[in-house]
Amino acid sequence: MTLSTAPSGSGSRAKFMIGGLLIVAAVVYLIVSSTQASAQYYLTIDEMLTRGDKIYDRAIKLSGAVDGDTVAYDPETLTLEFAMANVPADQDEIEAGGGLAKVLYDALRDPDASRLQVVYVGPKPDLLRHEAQAIVTGNMGEDGVFYADELLLKCPTRYEQEVPLQAAEGQT
Amino acid sequence: MIEGIGYAALVISFVLALYGAGAAAFGAKRSRPELVESARRAMLLSWPMISVAALAIIALLVAGRYDIAYVAKVTSNAMPPYLRVTALWGGQEGSLVFWSWLMAAFASAVGLRQWDRDRDLLPWVIVVTMITLAFFLSLIIFFENPFSRIWITPEGAQTTALFQPEGALAAAPPDGQGLNPLLRHPGMIIHPPMLYLGFVSFVIPYAFAMAALVVGRSDDRWIRVTRRWTLVAWLFLGLGLILGGRWAYDVLGWGGYWGWDPVEIAAFMPWLAGTAFLHSVMVQEKKGMLKHWNMLLIILTYSLVLFGTFLTRSGVLSSVHAFAQSAIGPMFFAFIGVSFIVSLWLLLKRWGELRGVNQINSMVSRESLFLLNNFLFIMILAVLFLGVIFPLVSELFTGQTVTVGPAWYERIVGPLFAGLLLLMGVAPLSAYGSSSWRTLGRQLWQLVALSLVVPAILLITGMRSAAALLGYWLATLVAVVTLYEFWRGASARRRRHGESLPVALVKLAGRNRRRYGGFVIHLGVVLMAFGIIGIEIFQTETQGTLERGEQLTLGRYVMVYEGLTRFNTSDGREISRAELSIFKDGRSVGKLFPRSDFYFVQNQPMTIPGVRSTLEEDLYVLLVGWEPIGQDSATFKVFHNPLVNFIWLGGAIFILGTLVAAWPEREPEPVRRRTAQAQALAAGD
Repeated sequence: MTLSTAPSGSGSRAKFMIGGLLIVAAVVYLIVSSTQASAQYYLTIDEMLTRGDKIYDRAIKLSGAVDGDTVAYDPETLTLEFAMANVPADQDEIEAGGGLAKVLYDALRDPDASRLQVVYVGPKPDLLRHEAQAIVTGNMGEDGVFYADELLLKCPTRYEQEVPLQAAEGQT
Repeated sequence: MIEGIGYAALVISFVLALYGAGAAAFGAKRSRPELVESARRAMLLSWPMISVAALAIIALLVAGRYDIAYVAKVTSNAMPPYLRVTALWGGQEGSLVFWSWLMAAFASAVGLRQWDRDRDLLPWVIVVTMITLAFFLSLIIFFENPFSRIWITPEGAQTTALFQPEGALAAAPPDGQGLNPLLRHPGMIIHPPMLYLGFVSFVIPYAFAMAALVVGRSDDRWIRVTRRWTLVAWLFLGLGLILGGRWAYDVLGWGGYWGWDPVEIAAFMPWLAGTAFLHSVMVQEKKGMLKHWNMLLIILTYSLVLFGTFLTRSGVLSSVHAFAQSAIGPMFFAFIGVSFIVSLWLLLKRWGELRGVNQINSMVSRESLFLLNNFLFIMILAVLFLGVIFPLVSELFTGQTVTVGPAWYERIVGPLFAGLLLLMGVAPLSAYGSSSWRTLGRQLWQLVALSLVVPAILLITGMRSAAALLGYWLATLVAVVTLYEFWRGASARRRRHGESLPVALVKLAGRNRRRYGGFVIHLGVVLMAFGIIGIEIFQTETQGTLERGEQLTLGRYVMVYEGLTRFNTSDGREISRAELSIFKDGRSVGKLFPRSDFYFVQNQPMTIPGVRSTLEEDLYVLLVGWEPIGQDSATFKVFHNPLVNFIWLGGAIFILGTLVAAWPEREPEPVRRRTAQAQALAAGD
């Protein structure tokens, strides 16, 4: 009885292995093809500028410090333009530079820091402001302007800001 | 004073947790039950102690004690008392205390249960929960102290410390920074606690699993004891995810609810592992199989819980959520690594004792379909994990940082989720043991034919997206099969007991809560699938700048701009509010008021959409620009989100189903009867 209803365990195990491998193979294929289609290089502005012509046809993700004085927004066409200054992408470098807020602050005051003009079409994000960190995804145009499809902002100061010294009136 | 009491309570809790873990392990090794009992009392005491610390923080927050750095950071004069209380989890330090407080509450609850049958597990459950608690408390005490005060050093620099640095003067700003306006949303206020509850309650099944490994119990007792804990954890995690999505939809103003952000994924991954676990433990309970696998899954879930907390709290990855740059990252990394390795080592030690008692006989038996379900969940998990660490991996191997976005995730996990829907449609009809393709096919074909009606109608009415048609077919199949199961069970009851249909349905679900609660959850998933496919594939958008009286058209909707009003509020906002008259198919359906609130203290605007919400669709209007002076023209971005409300509706049903499944059953009686039967059988042998 047991023998007839329980066909060889190894036979069904082989079937399971084959089925599992097929699924894994399909997923691997999807991963490889999607990576080719939609993965983006994450570069700093410096790194991108040293690449030259090779980067025009690639999706690129860049991070930089927003210069508040350069922000121009045309609500008619929803066209947002701003310049951003190079900041390091490496976490250790940011820590060594005194934290993200400090790094962003310094980048905008450094006359030698490379800068990049960014154009983005869409609603102006609430968090866009001076010394925010912008993370843009898009393509580098041959005119030297970066055309962003996506714009993310991070304002480290807003969350982890030290209390301004001027406010420290209640000294004891 | 208050801060001193709070900090002392934290230190005492830390000592209690360390003592509890040590005494429990020692007592178990040396067979000294009085030590274990003492450890249990330490565990029970940890919750009141941390409650004191949490209450101390709340008291400081409500009193507006801005000389405390944390209070100055997360509250401001303009915030109402309830927001001040919830600021407990508005920042890094407070939320770690909140996490520990929940952890201690669950540990205490576990300590109070009846341990008669599981005395041998108790010490090791104490060890695991108390070590986890001690880890979090050590982060708070040594790195992220919520009770630190603000000081001005003699050199004029500002610093924070618990005790007065030499020569420093205490400083207290007159007002605090306040909670980020983006976080002042009901969904956001309860979203973190829900996620934390989910995270924390997964520690309990993990603790029992480890205890079972240590003492070498290879039965499924740990699973039965922790079944409800797991469901509760899973419920809260799911609720947290749904609320987070709702918050993003209401507040972030991009017309979506899920952005494949690393931190979203970090909260989703333990949910996936937990879902796989919930399914595969049923196989162990029914057939005594997959014991190794279940252990692996719960270890994985626990590690992912820590990983999720770590990602949100360390700032390792660029993310809208990673607001806390902090030194605690390496500590987390070390703790995850050590606990993972120790758990695996325990599992390997007991590998031989955990062999299953049965083998899988058929490809279409319930157990093999469950196995396939687990496999798909784990594949999704692996893909998401790969996506999160992709930048790190690519940098390691190519020196080039490469990131992946929503398109990457959706392309890969979309088919896997479709596979899960297919399984959800087929598996309820399969039987445990030996089931054949033929018997399954005989049951299935009529239901499949019925389910094809929906995609056929959609095709005729003009839907041309293959992905959407496939998705809607699979979701319909699940709905049809699930409803058929309810009907089948209820009509059997009607025949046998002569009950009316509603009574039969209620009693059916009451008798087998896990099975029918699970089916209700499946129906919730169906509704969510309808909503997700609707918004992902058929969302449309437009934008335009309108003069007063001009109109904008999107699909069947026409919006007429009526004007803009601006006013200040008493809590420090300037509100710019546009008025739009909305027409659908030429008929007036009311007005929408998309607006932008400018918070003076934070110097930050916040866009609040105007939404016309019906079951069928949302019209989601954002005010994205306006003339600062003339107020005669304004710019709008408009989304049409078909079926999006099915996501929230499905979420509600999902939660209802989980409650049905987790509701306590009158367990003792059947157990006694079964044991009596077993004894009778044994006696008869």
